[in-house]
Amino acid sequence: MKKYALFLGCTIPARSRNYELSARHVAEKVGIELVDLEESICCGFPMKAIDERAAQVMAAYNLSLVEERGLGLCTLCSSCASALTETAHRISGDEKRREEINRRLSRVHRRYSGEVSVKHLARILYEEVGAGRIEPLVTKKLTGLKIAIHYGCHYLKPSKVYGGFDDPEDAKSLDRLVLLTGADVVEYPGKKRCCGGPVLPMDEKVALAVAKEKLDEVSAVGADLLCLVCPFCAVMYDSNQKTIESQFGVSYNLPVLYLTQVLGLAMGIDPKALGLGMNVVKTKELVARIVG
Amino acid sequence: MSGIDLEMADPGFRQALLSEEGAENIAACFMCRTCTASCPISHVDKRFNPLRVIRMALYGLREQVLQSDFIWLCSSCYACQERCPQGVSITEFMTALKNLAVRAGHVPAGARVQMDLITREGRIYPIDEFDNKKRNKLGLPSLPTSCEKAAVLLCED
Repeated sequence: MKKYALFLGCTIPARSRNYELSARHVAEKVGIELVDLEESICCGFPMKAIDERAAQVMAAYNLSLVEERGLGLCTLCSSCASALTETAHRISGDEKRREEINRRLSRVHRRYSGEVSVKHLARILYEEVGAGRIEPLVTKKLTGLKIAIHYGCHYLKPSKVYGGFDDPEDAKSLDRLVLLTGADVVEYPGKKRCCGGPVLPMDEKVALAVAKEKLDEVSAVGADLLCLVCPFCAVMYDSNQKTIESQFGVSYNLPVLYLTQVLGLAMGIDPKALGLGMNVVKTKELVARIVG
Repeated sequence: MSGIDLEMADPGFRQALLSEEGAENIAACFMCRTCTASCPISHVDKRFNPLRVIRMALYGLREQVLQSDFIWLCSSCYACQERCPQGVSITEFMTALKNLAVRAGHVPAGARVQMDLITREGRIYPIDEFDNKKRNKLGLPSLPTSCEKAAVLLCED
């Protein structure tokens, strides 16, 4: 059994418990043990625009907690993955920067020596668990279901820190994982486009206009659901779908599921245990179609 | 965004930028507009145009760049940076500009709210006892409801 420290971040434990639940269940099913990091703080991502150095200190604090446990780090949020990976990458070969950061960490009696590997759960499922282990666990084939995939940005970018595990211009990792369920992956024009989430606190209208473009395209190709791997993206497409519908006079009623909810359904995990009742756009009809 | 007025230019700004982490290679920009064509924000709002920001910064239009709202419209999606044929770290440059704007006293309200929450609570969505009750009901572990460490870490030297 593979063992990882679980970095929940801010959004998931407070606002995306459906993601947390489904991720924990799927991890258990595929044989990943997740160790909670109680003392963790924000990954630093939202601090980057204000003070990048401070953001690196926050990331390094979290990395030090993982290092102490001698584990790799598993994130569920793509922004956490990028903030933590970027800092790990930034200071791994730069002793001077590392020492600057360690001076600040010493205020809370911590130190980071720079050897933690950070991976998003989807990347762990793709790279380490692999199709050979996931496919036999699929007991409820999602045959006939049309799934549109949203990669989002920080799961793959900046690519220079991610070691080339997937190509942001022609990403395949999530497609391959979803295809293991027997569902069809439907293509649409703006597959690589950002959800607009980081702009939400700055200019809601602009952020919602960005999100709307993808909802338009995914609906136009007749997808049954949009599948994603980041709670910020879910805020845009799921939590804000009703607002977009009313502000722009459109109608989607498009269920938005986390990858772990899609895989969990295919593995026959109870929809309730996957938190499917907590998705904002109702998933009842979709689940009934699958579970029967 | 108003027109570009070179009377306002401060040539020292260009030099100062080139020594900022993330902005070192912006002078390599040869104006191909791949960044703007790739930008999801430019696509819906013409106020934000990464090429224009780079050029204005290189002309030395310090105040026009740092005081304006448009740098805060960058979603840091990295689409431009990944595609720049000149290898300019455009997203990192936008982050450097935001950091400079904050140091010059221009902090948008949305950013200030997040900064205060992180400093006070260590997270952008604080957890309270009610959240923990909901978590426990679902079989999820409780999380700390307060955090003093972030404020200690975030104090400048």
